Amino acid sequence: MVAFTVNGQRHEVGVDGNTPLLWVLREHLKLTGTKFGCGIASCGACTVHIDGQATRSCAMPVSLVAGKAVTTIEGLSPDGSHPLQKAWIAEQVPQCGYCQSGQIMQAAELLTHNKNPSRAEIVEHMDGNICRCGTYLKIISAIQRAAREG
Amino acid sequence: MNQHASINRRDFLASAAGLTLALTIAPERFTGMDEAMADTPLSPNAWLTISPDGAITVVSPAAEMGQGTFTTIPAIIAEELDADWSKVKPIFPPTWDEKKYGNPEYGMNFQTSASASIRGYFKPARLAGAQARRVLLDAVAAKWNVPVGELSTEPSTVVHKTSGRRIGYGEIAAFARAPAELPKIEEKDLKDPASFRLIGQHVPRVEVPLKVTGAAKYGMDVQVPGMVYAAVLQSPYPGGSPETVDDKAARQVPGITDVVKLPEGVGVIGNTVEGTQAAKNLLKVTWSSNAIGAHLDSERALEEFAAIGRDKSRDGVAYAKEGDAKGAMAGAAKVYRGEYRTRYVYHAQMEPMNATASVSPDGKSAEIWTGTQAASGLLNEVAKLLQTERAKITLNQHFLGGGYGRRGAHETVLDSVRLAKAVGKPVKLIWSREDDIAFGKFRPMTAHYIEAGLDPKGKVVAWHHRVVAESVIAYVSGDPTPRQDRIVMKGSPIPQYPIANKLAEHVIERRGARVSPWRGVGNGHNAFAVESFIDEMAKDQGKDPITFRLELSEGVPRMQTLLRAVAEMSDWKRKREGTAVGVATMVKDDTLSAGVAEVSVDRATGKIKVHNVWCAIDAGIAVQPRNLAAQTEGSIIYGLGHVLREKIVIKDGRVLQSNYTDYEVARMSDVPNIEIKVVSTNNPPTGAGEDGLPVLAGAVGNAIASLTGVRLHELPFAPDRVRGALGA
Repeated sequence: MVAFTVNGQRHEVGVDGNTPLLWVLREHLKLTGTKFGCGIASCGACTVHIDGQATRSCAMPVSLVAGKAVTTIEGLSPDGSHPLQKAWIAEQVPQCGYCQSGQIMQAAELLTHNKNPSRAEIVEHMDGNICRCGTYLKIISAIQRAAREG
Repeated sequence: MNQHASINRRDFLASAAGLTLALTIAPERFTGMDEAMADTPLSPNAWLTISPDGAITVVSPAAEMGQGTFTTIPAIIAEELDADWSKVKPIFPPTWDEKKYGNPEYGMNFQTSASASIRGYFKPARLAGAQARRVLLDAVAAKWNVPVGELSTEPSTVVHKTSGRRIGYGEIAAFARAPAELPKIEEKDLKDPASFRLIGQHVPRVEVPLKVTGAAKYGMDVQVPGMVYAAVLQSPYPGGSPETVDDKAARQVPGITDVVKLPEGVGVIGNTVEGTQAAKNLLKVTWSSNAIGAHLDSERALEEFAAIGRDKSRDGVAYAKEGDAKGAMAGAAKVYRGEYRTRYVYHAQMEPMNATASVSPDGKSAEIWTGTQAASGLLNEVAKLLQTERAKITLNQHFLGGGYGRRGAHETVLDSVRLAKAVGKPVKLIWSREDDIAFGKFRPMTAHYIEAGLDPKGKVVAWHHRVVAESVIAYVSGDPTPRQDRIVMKGSPIPQYPIANKLAEHVIERRGARVSPWRGVGNGHNAFAVESFIDEMAKDQGKDPITFRLELSEGVPRMQTLLRAVAEMSDWKRKREGTAVGVATMVKDDTLSAGVAEVSVDRATGKIKVHNVWCAIDAGIAVQPRNLAAQTEGSIIYGLGHVLREKIVIKDGRVLQSNYTDYEVARMSDVPNIEIKVVSTNNPPTGAGEDGLPVLAGAVGNAIASLTGVRLHELPFAPDRVRGALGA
């Protein structure tokens, strides 16, 4: 049994400790906003926050999350009103959209530490998140907009 | 609402859904139903339903994989309906009835590919919207007893100017019903484009808010009561079937319940994703090796393809033919020759292939949950597999986590059906990323041999392009008979360059690879070869590459407009320090684009940096210009990966790449500044989902040649190859 909080709610799950957090979130807790992309922390689609830190949930054994606070895209804001979510809509970032939960969670970590990131800082922070539709330039614009508009 | 009314409402809805544009005879007359009809929705035709509260649901038949048709097709309907867009809610088809909602570009099939949705649905969607509007007008004219000609519409409102009366579409729905015979609408009844409110404007995409909260549902997100999970170890090469299966270790994994042999794989069933994935990797399977694909060595095969390209004694299947290319070539004053190559490339869609299926105990009915580009094909394939009628197959369409041609094939769907039938429970089958690559379907690798003949004045009078590649059409259809392949050969007719004698032929090789349409289809490789070659000719002629293309495209003003646009956008003639520019063009199904890339190269590492891309695109009427620009930009970035690095290598039939670590798609740090100019012209709207991609490789290669004097003849322009070519 592993206990941790997800989006402020306490959960106890009876799974093998080696189970990646990703599958616990998606298939056990039915929080499917966090996506499976590569399984080896190489694409960023599964990015969540663990105690505020952007983490690839596909490569994170759930046993290591015990006692910690996990935030998923569903918990980033109560109603989709996080500045990044608003900016993502204003810039019409998503195409297929599959990677965007991870992109937003990765970007949210950046803005927590850096209220006004430069373009180079954005690229460096976001380079581990793949978007196959090619929305990278829109992502940059949206992060800049969120930083500007708050 | 009383019991009587609710029953009749169901009947009405069932019948109303049967009204179509083509069908002008009402399915049934509802006599004495006026009272029962109150407060029930109105379906003026099969495409839309208006609720008494004014909400309008509109059918959007195409798959939504990021290209935006889930918004664009309803917006076209809403335009002619003159609907208040804020009241419109797009839905996927309530029934997979091709006669009602199929794409005319695909023989009325549900098929979303090759940027054919707006091309195919633009006119039927307009007619459907206009017809529904007429139904509303007729109903109001009858109710108010005024000539219909005195009525007009404002968004979701019918107006009678003479009397000042107004009535909302919702209020009309509350009393009106679809007439026995639907009004006939012709093109002359459609709106004057000058009065468009939605077409040509920016309509924000309706599903975007769902995609920033995690609420959008993809096939991967499906949860069905009682379902179990499956992983499948597929044959490493096409056509291999499992011979011996040692599943001892696999069955030791907690939660594994079944191991099931499949035609080209072995399925593992269990109660967790992680358990089935782990168990699958513990299977020890021997595969039949008589399949042709078991012996494919892509490196050797590409050398052979190149030799076949040079061997003009072997004719291919002509795809484009004008005049007498061979005769004109023989009589030419000067002949240029060029050779180019491209590699197998992988879709790398972010959502690995997956499907969930439930099969009835008698094995004759099934329900499928997935995202597909080819709903008609899926339904037909499942019905055939279960030897049942298609009506017994239910498909729940989802958003697609990337398509690019990959989600027109249904391996996971068919295997999930087989497994669900075998275990008697709903099965959710997920491929790992490693599965998705190992069992991927690739754009065929190609070898190009091109000749161009010039007359004594230097005019190009003969063009002969030989493409040596496997046939996607043959692979997909399972019929090896050589015939024209619109996937592989698209982009080879080059109508932007009217040359009197032209031959583009496909020399078809069979090597047993799994091949597929890919974003941009044949234009991706063909435009690379053609545009590299054109630049080599321009250089030899001492002509500026854009000037040379303007001459070649004499008589094609749409292309000349684009060339001039990118020349201006890129400040083409400007002197640059350490960078150079290159240009390329393409035409794909009547969409034209031209692009300029500005690049530099690190001579020590061979690493190319693309700094800027300027692209101008003419897809006819730009229905959603901002989205069109986003699609063009996205496709350039998609293409960037295959220009710089992407390559699938196959050895002994097995794919050597395994994940994003060794199949490296474009990342944010690779991306140049991109400027798109959408040139909207008064032509029928054509495809726009992939039309930046084809110009990129040629433009980058041409820029490198301009910068270094060295011509790169093969994609990708990987650093080791570039370094070698530069002699560093």
